[in-house]
Amino acid sequence: MSIPAQGPRGLDLVPVSGEKASKKEYTSDQEVRWCPGCGDYAILAAVQSFLPELGLKRENIVCISGIGCAARFPYYLNTYGMHSIHGRAPAIATGLATARPDLSVWVMGGDGDFMSIGGNHLIHVLRRNVNLKLLMFNNRIYGLTKGQYSPTSEIGKVTKSTPSGSVDTPFNPVSLALGAEATFVARTIDSDRKHLTAVLRAASEHRGAAFVEILQNCNIFNDGAFDVLKKPETRDSAVVRLEQGEPIRFGADLQKGVRLSRHGGLEVVDVDESNERTLLVHDVAHQEPALAFMLSRLGNVDDGVTPIGIFRSVQRSTYDDQVNEQVHEATAKAGPGDLAALLASGDTWRID
Amino acid sequence: MSKQVQQRDRVIIRFAGDSGDGMQLTGDRFTSETAEFGNDLSTLPDFPAEIRAPAGTLPGVSAFQLHFADHDVQTPGDRPDVLVAMNPAALKANLADLPAGADLIVNSDEFTPRNLTKVGYAANPLDDESLSSYQVHPIPLTSLTVTALEGLQISRKDAERAKNMFALGLLSWLYNRPTSTTLSFLEKKFAGTPDLVKANVTAFNAGWNFGETTEDFTVRYEVKPATMPPGNYRNITGNTALSYGLVAASVRSGLALFLGSYPITPASDILHELAKHKRFGVRTFQAEDEIAGIGAALGAAFGGSIGVTTTSGPGVDLKSETIGLAVTLELPLIICDIQRAGPSTGMPTKAEQSDLLLAMFGRHGEAPVPIIAPQSPSDCFDAAIEAVRIATKYRTPVFILSDAYLANGSEPWLLPDVESLPTIDPEFATALNHAKEDGGEEFWPYLRDPQTLARPWALPGTPGLEHRIGGIEKADGSGNISYDPSNHDTMVRLRQAKVDGIARDIPLLEVDDPTGDADVLVLGWGSTYGPIGAAARLVRDEGARVAQAHLRHLNPLPANTAEVLARYERVLIPEMNLGQLALLIRGRFLVDAISFTRVRGLPFKSEELADAIRDVISA
Repeated sequence: MSIPAQGPRGLDLVPVSGEKASKKEYTSDQEVRWCPGCGDYAILAAVQSFLPELGLKRENIVCISGIGCAARFPYYLNTYGMHSIHGRAPAIATGLATARPDLSVWVMGGDGDFMSIGGNHLIHVLRRNVNLKLLMFNNRIYGLTKGQYSPTSEIGKVTKSTPSGSVDTPFNPVSLALGAEATFVARTIDSDRKHLTAVLRAASEHRGAAFVEILQNCNIFNDGAFDVLKKPETRDSAVVRLEQGEPIRFGADLQKGVRLSRHGGLEVVDVDESNERTLLVHDVAHQEPALAFMLSRLGNVDDGVTPIGIFRSVQRSTYDDQVNEQVHEATAKAGPGDLAALLASGDTWRID
Repeated sequence: MSKQVQQRDRVIIRFAGDSGDGMQLTGDRFTSETAEFGNDLSTLPDFPAEIRAPAGTLPGVSAFQLHFADHDVQTPGDRPDVLVAMNPAALKANLADLPAGADLIVNSDEFTPRNLTKVGYAANPLDDESLSSYQVHPIPLTSLTVTALEGLQISRKDAERAKNMFALGLLSWLYNRPTSTTLSFLEKKFAGTPDLVKANVTAFNAGWNFGETTEDFTVRYEVKPATMPPGNYRNITGNTALSYGLVAASVRSGLALFLGSYPITPASDILHELAKHKRFGVRTFQAEDEIAGIGAALGAAFGGSIGVTTTSGPGVDLKSETIGLAVTLELPLIICDIQRAGPSTGMPTKAEQSDLLLAMFGRHGEAPVPIIAPQSPSDCFDAAIEAVRIATKYRTPVFILSDAYLANGSEPWLLPDVESLPTIDPEFATALNHAKEDGGEEFWPYLRDPQTLARPWALPGTPGLEHRIGGIEKADGSGNISYDPSNHDTMVRLRQAKVDGIARDIPLLEVDDPTGDADVLVLGWGSTYGPIGAAARLVRDEGARVAQAHLRHLNPLPANTAEVLARYERVLIPEMNLGQLALLIRGRFLVDAISFTRVRGLPFKSEELADAIRDVISA
């Protein structure tokens, strides 16, 4: 691996180290306390390996988390970090990123953290397009509180808090993010290291809020929730890999394809010569999120078809850049503030 | 016609009208003229929460009271000597406060049968004997203004709207105010629409000339300038002073100021003010809610900014969890609570001091937070700097407890010399601080300064000091996650001891006891400073002995508080709540304090406080 001379495009104000870094340097001395077999281990290993590749100064990386199993993540990375309050990490990270453009700020949380108690902060951080990388570990269950259903659990979920089955419709996190004007939305799977790393890389290349849903197995309270996407006998027909510029096809022999239906939605067809050219070609940069939204509705784990990859990646000015630009412009135009002049502004009078 | 001039040592004027009548502006302008003239003064705007309640109704009445004198002024005054009532609603809403013999200037044009019915007057009070104990001056302000503006290229509506300037002109004549500030203000306000400049200036001058020529006013009044310390002055409200204090703390510490806030009455003006000052590097973030406001401020503090959030009681409720996090993260953070009448929405534009115990104890767990309460509008400036000093030095969130009265009230402010303001050194951590067993060194984020018990503040971007902090209990020193029972006991006591220790670093409680032998001490905090001082003066003028002490620091209390309390036989604690400081004083010092409370959303009247003091003295 060569030593990057500059950080990824999304983090180009963050200083680079100019030295080769290792996974070991990014691993803290804290004992990892997730349950054996938890999908979080795979995500941690992927992030610990991936972050050094960015070539950034390690001291300029900050991980902010809320509460939940996933939120323990910052303790295990040897960067700056804050384990904060349930749901509030996006808000805290907004302040940090706005005040410090020289930092690479990552936010880790679970589906309860991001979709439930912190739902309001998530949608606003996405619409503002704060330059944050938001990794949501979606295991469709509450782990740390020992197994209640979550806002992404399927209807009818039987848990301790819903012994007769849950009755409320879950969020589709990708649809929610797209509806909140997110500029970068992706989905990946904990066990697919290569895909996960590629998505993280794309997120770091994106200047703005990058929302990444990572489907993650909770082997204690919701084991096997994503087996259909992982088992050799089902995965090929279930996972739809979105590739930029490519027709959307899936299945063991790519025999299935996705195209616009005559009824204004998407449909899955058996691909043959007659319809091959009618397949939808994936374009993450489409300014309108409508197609990305339709793709997010194509299906989910419960009906066996789940698109993964980057749904949307478009450029829009970030909140933090614009706030800082206003500060710089004001200073450039009229010079730095003069405190004595400020205090004496308005009507003054003198008493001798 | 030459008019008789009478001397007055002080005057209280109240301007009252419909929300759309421009009474706040009229009051502001008269205040500016009065400040320019050199009187000491104090103001109290009193306006409804509704932006425009139905015209002419009681809920729509907006008022502005000004007290000015040839000596030092401590309150906006109890009862107005002059009431300007722009309509029947304004008369009805304010008449009860008017002492017999007061001057009553009313806009007679508005006393129509329809407007009178709207507020429940069966008959026109200008026509019957109901106002006979006042000096009533019914003046057709609207029609006189419209007549004066005939020939100008403005609509009738704009002409009518200038009637507040006619009233201001009349009052300016009556009290012999200098007019230059008002005239230059009008030039600036309506710059770009010369017709409106002309209309308002003409209306103002017409009001002045009306006073000169009408036989209704046979007397003019003169209030001589007050003797005040030499220097440059301006008039300032509490919210502006608080904003300036935060900017000054940023300048004097070299730390960037970051405000995370959600609009809420009566705190929003601080957000508005700070948003203007980008040249000072101020970043303001209007968040999606109160929680995000303080969250972003805390995030910015982690990055080395002065993190500030501004709010009122309902917002503090929502921010409590994040304040607790800041307590355990031990990061500097400023929480400005501009208190208003509660509970719940309560009376958003009215003042109360009912968040003291919320600031003290309103969090789960043992989560002590220092509290500073400014005692006058201009004191908000110094309180803000003091709050940043303590927050930075001790790595702790700090509460500033202002209130709606301080926030919107104003007084003359002797401009400080910028170079004399305190400097604040954040003393960021830059090096490893702990020897490892293997002989190497590491960084311990919770290794405390032995004097202050403050922990190091190591900013992201500092090489080698990478560390993780969080809400989970931390091991003393290393800061690693710890569920050890005795470590938790140690950490809870350390956090408390750190806050308690600030008592060594704040001024002692001063007592104003002119005769030195008073038996009764009046102890107050926050915005009651002026009213208590005025009441003490009334009582002392009668020859009685009373001492006054005022707490600016509520947590920790000044180191000599117990000693001061022990010196007096009786302690009276007036508060705009149901006895919150009294509860603290009783609990902490076993002093049988006497509580005197009012929760009407308005500051104490000095006369009612004087009665309370007389009662305690004679008991």
